Amino acid sequence: MRISREAIRRPGQQPVALLLLVLLSLSLVALPFLTFAPNRLVAGEPLMGWQISQSAVVLPPLAVLWLLLWFAPSRISLSLALLSAELMLAAMIWLSGNQATLLSQHGSRLARTSFASGLWCSGALLLLLITDTVRQLTRHRLAQLLLNLQVWLLPLLLLFSGQLNDLSLLKEYANRQAVFDAALVRHLTLLAGTVLPALLIALPLGILLFRQPRWQSAVFGVLNVIQTVPSVALFGLLIAPLAGLALRFPWLGDWGISGIGMAPALIALVLYALLPLVRSVVVGLQQVPQEVRESARGVGMSGWQQFMAVDVPLALPVWLAGLRVVVVQTLGMAVVAALIGAGGFGAIIFQGLLSSALDLVLLGVIPVIALAVTVDALFRLLISLLEKKDD
Amino acid sequence: MRWLTDPLLWLVLLYGALLTLMPYSGPLFHHWFPELARPLYQQETFWQLTLAHLFLVITASLLAMVIGVGSGVLVTRQAGRAFRPLMETLVAAGQTIPPVAVLAIAVPVMGFGAWPAVVALLLYGLLPILQGTLAGIDSVPASSREIAEGVGMSAWQRLWQIELALAAPVIIAGIRTSVIINIGTAAIASTVGAKSLGSPVIIGLSGFNTAYVIQGALLVALLAIVSDRLFERLQRWFSVSAQ
Amino acid sequence: MIEFKGVSRAFNGKAAVSDLSLTVAEGEFCVLLGTSGSGKSTTLKMINRLVEFDSGEIRFAGESIRQLDARDLRRRMGYAIQSIGLFPHWTVQKNIATVPALLGWSKQQVTQRIAALLALLNLDPQLLNRYPHQLSGGQQQRVGVARALAADPEVLLMDEPFGALDPVTRGALQQEMLRIHRLSGRTIVLVTHDIDEALTLADRLVLMDNGEIVQQGKPAELLTQPKNDFVRDFFGRSEMGVRLLALGQVGDAVRRGEWLTGEPIAAGLTLREALSQFITRRTDKLPVIDEQQQPLGVLYFNDLLTLREETACAG
Repeated sequence: MRISREAIRRPGQQPVALLLLVLLSLSLVALPFLTFAPNRLVAGEPLMGWQISQSAVVLPPLAVLWLLLWFAPSRISLSLALLSAELMLAAMIWLSGNQATLLSQHGSRLARTSFASGLWCSGALLLLLITDTVRQLTRHRLAQLLLNLQVWLLPLLLLFSGQLNDLSLLKEYANRQAVFDAALVRHLTLLAGTVLPALLIALPLGILLFRQPRWQSAVFGVLNVIQTVPSVALFGLLIAPLAGLALRFPWLGDWGISGIGMAPALIALVLYALLPLVRSVVVGLQQVPQEVRESARGVGMSGWQQFMAVDVPLALPVWLAGLRVVVVQTLGMAVVAALIGAGGFGAIIFQGLLSSALDLVLLGVIPVIALAVTVDALFRLLISLLEKKDD
Repeated sequence: MRWLTDPLLWLVLLYGALLTLMPYSGPLFHHWFPELARPLYQQETFWQLTLAHLFLVITASLLAMVIGVGSGVLVTRQAGRAFRPLMETLVAAGQTIPPVAVLAIAVPVMGFGAWPAVVALLLYGLLPILQGTLAGIDSVPASSREIAEGVGMSAWQRLWQIELALAAPVIIAGIRTSVIINIGTAAIASTVGAKSLGSPVIIGLSGFNTAYVIQGALLVALLAIVSDRLFERLQRWFSVSAQ
Repeated sequence: MIEFKGVSRAFNGKAAVSDLSLTVAEGEFCVLLGTSGSGKSTTLKMINRLVEFDSGEIRFAGESIRQLDARDLRRRMGYAIQSIGLFPHWTVQKNIATVPALLGWSKQQVTQRIAALLALLNLDPQLLNRYPHQLSGGQQQRVGVARALAADPEVLLMDEPFGALDPVTRGALQQEMLRIHRLSGRTIVLVTHDIDEALTLADRLVLMDNGEIVQQGKPAELLTQPKNDFVRDFFGRSEMGVRLLALGQVGDAVRRGEWLTGEPIAAGLTLREALSQFITRRTDKLPVIDEQQQPLGVLYFNDLLTLREETACAG
């Protein structure tokens, strides 16, 4: 059978997919998939992909992905590619859990099996491939979001079914479940304790600045300076005054306000949240067309009614986008707040860094990233639903 | 003589003064915090810490500039256009991850020390620069591009004299964001074993030494503000010549 | 100067230009006229290889353009477009000096050339240090034309250059182009969809539709001897007469040796404008003066009616 030049060139027409697949295949073969250590104190031994039992499971989806390079992108081929990539991702996670279980049966309870660079790289590349495939499948924002989210259904199923419980990361979680849950609650408390007061301040302030533009440069100037200051510095600078205040007014201590802990953290986090929020409130109001406002007044609405009926709905997408940015930013900064005793996942991360316990670091980092990505996606979902309604 | 009233000049002078005078502020801190045995951070001089901090930030930012602007340019060329959506996805995804997380992840991969910190700063600092480059190049008017090709400029001349020259203000805005974030992240770099102006802060926090915390916090906050003003000046200068 | 032989170009399977053959002689003012999608812009862009042709051959000054380096080719041609495209971050001076800078001219040469161009295009030297956004639309396009002419190119390519300007500025710049063409004798290829502009400027008028040349020739030819209904309808059956008049000048139709009292009209006016004068002043005779304000003769309304055949022959 003659192979035409055209056929050989076909994969070149999908350079992104080709590149990702090449890198994916390389990382599966060349990089260690898992590391295994008989106990905590010893460094881990790398386990390559082929050394893992039943690793052949990843080959069929991988083969399908390669094969699809020779077909021009169509609904069917893209859906097939998406499915294969999802299954491969789930398969890799399942393999890790399976291997960990096998190893802990043969070894001791203290054995540690953890993800290695091969799995991280392959996972990241698969996710990129999935995002690219979804982008080609549909232009519809909402559909894209949902397709990207459903990828996590199988892995989450594996997680909650307990299949992954012998991995060192989950063993660490099992050991410190109470600490983890407390950190989760504290982290979310920090988030709520920041966003709610910030909204209460930013909304009126933003509306005021919109009505009186000449104050904008002064207020934004101050907020900009605050934003520039590194978070750890602001946290630190608030300790002394707050400690001094707590000394002067001991009853503040009863409320839990002292130099360290949640008080300085929340104050600083609220200050950091102000700039993006105030700016998005102002910009959101600015982009409401004046004619719509005028026609609302024209039909006899009062100022308040016009605000609720016209300004709020039209500015809402911009406001929500600003809120999304603030929530993601706060989740990240709350990690640093652990340094001044505010708790949260940051405490777990820094403890892990301090004691070189890398699984502990991951135990803190992964939830933060997961929270940030989930909240970001939820906000985008909400915003696109809102904008869809306006169509 | 107008430069005498320049606020930026005074800020820089203030920073220099603070740096020089801080070692002599022992008595002042002792007065504020009489209970502390060691009111003044003395494990390294503040100059050393500033230099270490600047080393982390400048190394990472220079590399990020080269890679970020380079990738942005490649992805806006005819040949690289296919990779642009991928880049944009990476940038969007990367920005949901907090910079602290990137720093923390650098440890399992690369261990402790200054170089893992630089790598983490580099990776996170790439994102705003890439975003700025893409936005800047997009903002170049199509008519300028058409004329540049029509009068017979080579691809390199078009890129350098027209596209990058016009995109410069936006690119510099991206670099500014990147550097400011990096200054902040470098302040926590001592948790991964890299010395910086954040070291007194973190040591002070774990040792309940508020004096250390204030010394470190003041210096790093001022460093960030001065850098921000410097970049704003740079942006303004580029905007004028790009008009 | 420029030869197209059986040139074709398609975009996404649709033919933009089909089997086009065209010759532009040296020193000719060639206007490509047509509606949007007729392929006129594509044809122009194939000359400086901004668009490459699929099949056929294009020769410039005797050489096949594929053999020439694209950049060198473009530096030998002036290029002006509708959106003007002055570089926003360069002063007017630097903009005009774009191609001379690429060619490595000395500072003195550039300064001299810019002075000459300013005079040619009636531009105030004070504008040299300003930035494009500080200029009006008309000034910007004059700078654009100056830039196109800066390196004294062999050919000037213009793609709907006056489309974005107001009618008054447009008219003024059209007259400038005629004057520049007369003074420099350069070959100019201009694309437009404005019929009056085409009739005013062209030595050779090329009417295109659907990627093909429907008819080409002197403007008067297309008006008086249309090849088919498309040409006839394009120029508008009802507008035909006035358009023909626009091609002629008062100086050509004046009866010399006679004189009349009253306000005279200039010999340089087109017959169309003279017609307007006849109607406004309710007369059928007008005195004519020449460029030196000296009496030339008298123009009779009746002569306009007999002029058609002569214009078609002389053109």
